[in-house]
Amino acid sequence: MTMLAVKDIDVYYGNIQALKGVTVTVEEGEIVTLIGANGAGKSTLLKTLSGLLKPKSGSIEFLGNSIAGKPAQGIVKSGISHVPEGRRVFANLTVEENLELGAFLRKDKKGIEADMKKVYDTFPRLLERRKQMSGTLSGGEQQMLAMGRAIMAKPKLLLLDEPSMGLAPLMVKTIFEVVKDINEQGTTILLVEQNANMALSVASRGYVIETGKVVLSGSADELQSSEEVRKAYLGGH
Amino acid sequence: MKRHSKAFWPLLIAALVFYAIVQGLIMTDMLGAYHTNTLIFIAINIILAVSLHLVIGITGQFSIGHAGFMAVGAYLSAIVTMKFDLPFVVAIIVGGLVAALAGLIVGIPSLRLRGDYLAIATLGFAEIIRIIFLNIDYVGGAAGMQVSKMTDWTYTFFFMLITILVIVNFTRSRHGIAALSIREDEIASDAMGINTTYYKVVAFVIGAFFAGVAGALFSHNFYIVLPSQFGFLKSVDILILVVLGGLGSLSGAIISAIFLTLVSTFLQDYPETRMIIYSLVLIIVMLYRPQGLMGTKEITDYFRGWTSKGGKDNGKDTIT
Amino acid sequence: MEIIQQILNGISVGSIYALIALGYTMVYGIIKLINFAHGDVFMLGAFIGFYAITQFQMNFFVALIFSMAITALIGVLIERIAYKRLRNATRIAALITAIGVSLLIEYGFIYIRGAQPEAYPDVFGRQSVSLFGATIDMKAVLILSVSVILMLLLQFIVHKTKTGKAMRAVSHDTEAAKLMGINVDNTISATFAIGSALAGAAGVIFGLYYTKIDPLMGVIPGLKAFVAAVLGGIGIIPGAMVGGLILGLVETFVSAIGFSLWRDAAAFIILILILIFRPSGIFGKNSREKV
Repeated sequence: MTMLAVKDIDVYYGNIQALKGVTVTVEEGEIVTLIGANGAGKSTLLKTLSGLLKPKSGSIEFLGNSIAGKPAQGIVKSGISHVPEGRRVFANLTVEENLELGAFLRKDKKGIEADMKKVYDTFPRLLERRKQMSGTLSGGEQQMLAMGRAIMAKPKLLLLDEPSMGLAPLMVKTIFEVVKDINEQGTTILLVEQNANMALSVASRGYVIETGKVVLSGSADELQSSEEVRKAYLGGH
Repeated sequence: MKRHSKAFWPLLIAALVFYAIVQGLIMTDMLGAYHTNTLIFIAINIILAVSLHLVIGITGQFSIGHAGFMAVGAYLSAIVTMKFDLPFVVAIIVGGLVAALAGLIVGIPSLRLRGDYLAIATLGFAEIIRIIFLNIDYVGGAAGMQVSKMTDWTYTFFFMLITILVIVNFTRSRHGIAALSIREDEIASDAMGINTTYYKVVAFVIGAFFAGVAGALFSHNFYIVLPSQFGFLKSVDILILVVLGGLGSLSGAIISAIFLTLVSTFLQDYPETRMIIYSLVLIIVMLYRPQGLMGTKEITDYFRGWTSKGGKDNGKDTIT
Repeated sequence: MEIIQQILNGISVGSIYALIALGYTMVYGIIKLINFAHGDVFMLGAFIGFYAITQFQMNFFVALIFSMAITALIGVLIERIAYKRLRNATRIAALITAIGVSLLIEYGFIYIRGAQPEAYPDVFGRQSVSLFGATIDMKAVLILSVSVILMLLLQFIVHKTKTGKAMRAVSHDTEAAKLMGINVDNTISATFAIGSALAGAAGVIFGLYYTKIDPLMGVIPGLKAFVAAVLGGIGIIPGAMVGGLILGLVETFVSAIGFSLWRDAAAFIILILILIFRPSGIFGKNSREKV
């Protein structure tokens, strides 16, 4: 079943067009990755999906309902959580408060408690630091917190923007294991990554975005073996 | 470099003709004291508006304490005329110079600050200046100081003219262009090697000088000088001239000084109504036209557009 | 035991500044606006309390709460009508608008009711208690208790409630807060409501303490409260409380040693010194403005 259908959207920053007729679909249960260079428009697409930006034209359907141009809070409510680039944890709040804010729109106290426990099980480091201001965490820990915070909203679709950015290789591995884990527990994932190798190793399908357009798409295997992708993004020989 | 040099001489001659006509009317008693006074008020407000325009409109340094420098000029000039019996011209210049010195003292530390913080710092300095005068018995403290009326149309007009000429020249000089670049992008100007602090302080000191001149003309127009004349509201009175006219437009500042002085003369007996109108002007301009009525355009820009559209000139002007 | 009395006076004045400063600091923290009209909300709070006691025969505490409720509403209205459109404007445009709103409230209010002052009803009389040999005015004790209770309440709201957490989140990162599903507009309104209610309360206790109120009474305490907010570190709630207390104590001290006419200058000198040497305030991290 199609979870997300983005059809032919144009997005502008002022007068500058950042996305040109982008079409992307995500099936339920998948991990789909968007790869491309810096400034290609990947983050713009995620911001448009989560309601931070509004498309000028085109349609976005999530579970059969149009969400294009809806305010961010409505989109969170309908089941999309976005882990932004650079983690953007609330540095002036404790780890636990950050997680609580992730569940801002939920009313089921028991469910929230259970999910918080689950997040702490997944990321024991966060449990150790739950009373600490999140600004004092390391980059990897902040990434864990940002992901945990998004999970607290109980999303059906998780948008992940550059989770590996600035992290040590070992931490990248941990994060990607968790990504797979979250997916196996039933959350669909749309993953933006510059580390294309890593992204294609967990994803089932992918799209290559260049200067605001989708230039290539296919299964992860197809992309991994594609000459163009290997040259441009995999550092391939 | 001199963009408006063509308009310069005709405008200067027109100004002098205007002065002569008014002076003639005053001398033949055809223009009464009331209207003369209104013209003097307009000219003083033009000095204030143009000097603040230099600080806000050209360098983009947001000062809401202009009344403080005005107070320095008002008091110092009054001391010169009343305590030392020196000529009024000397008093005006001393008032301006001491105000400029105050501008230097205020400017050097506070111009490190930006935006709203700078605004608040200038407000704080203006209040401190006011409180200092309030506490000096030599100038009468809260009761104020008696001043003879010496301000007349001639003094006011020529100091207004000098103010405009100096500030127009400054704006077009290398200094002015450096100052303008600070307004547009301070960090980039810094990176280009423009000593932003220097230009900001220079503009601030010149602005303070002319505010002091205006203060001198103001205090000698009234018979008395009081600390309460130079409170925050006076700074707002000056600020609104620049805000309404256009942040960056000299002619806009002049036009709004003329217009708003007339408005407040009409509303003299209804001070609350005047303040309500002023406050609405501030709010509405900021919400709907934050660059002010004229933006950074000058009246001569419109004029030039008009003449070339009308096809009256030979086309040379449109190239400049 | 003059000194104890002076300290208590300083704390009383300081806690009024602190209550007003909280609104400044919260609003600046969340939308980077120096809400110049905040001092006028304080003034309106004093008048609402006055009318509630004299016209509607309300008990002092009921009047206090009534005034807080109405000023909260006024704060929200000011934000929705004037400031909301300025979210993406420059800070200067926002500041000028706020100055405009401030003048509009002052002179609009004078236009409606006149500029004459009112004498606040002396609801508690001249009761005093003796403490370590010093005679302490009951009003000072009352002001102190009301302020402490309100500040504790504020701490509770900011740290323990959902709205408070949303406020802190929005002030740190508005976009990320949106991604949590937080309604930013409502959160900003809540900030204005709480800040204005505190200013309203400050107005009522100011009236009680100084007994005279007038439509321009908000200007100077408003500016001084802003100084207190900057002193403590703008955007930092405990900073506003400490800043207010310090300012109150300094002013009382300056008056006590015989420089009462210079009292008003003290606040501005503190402001200049702090802006120049430590613009982030006592509790702020010292960082230069970012590019």
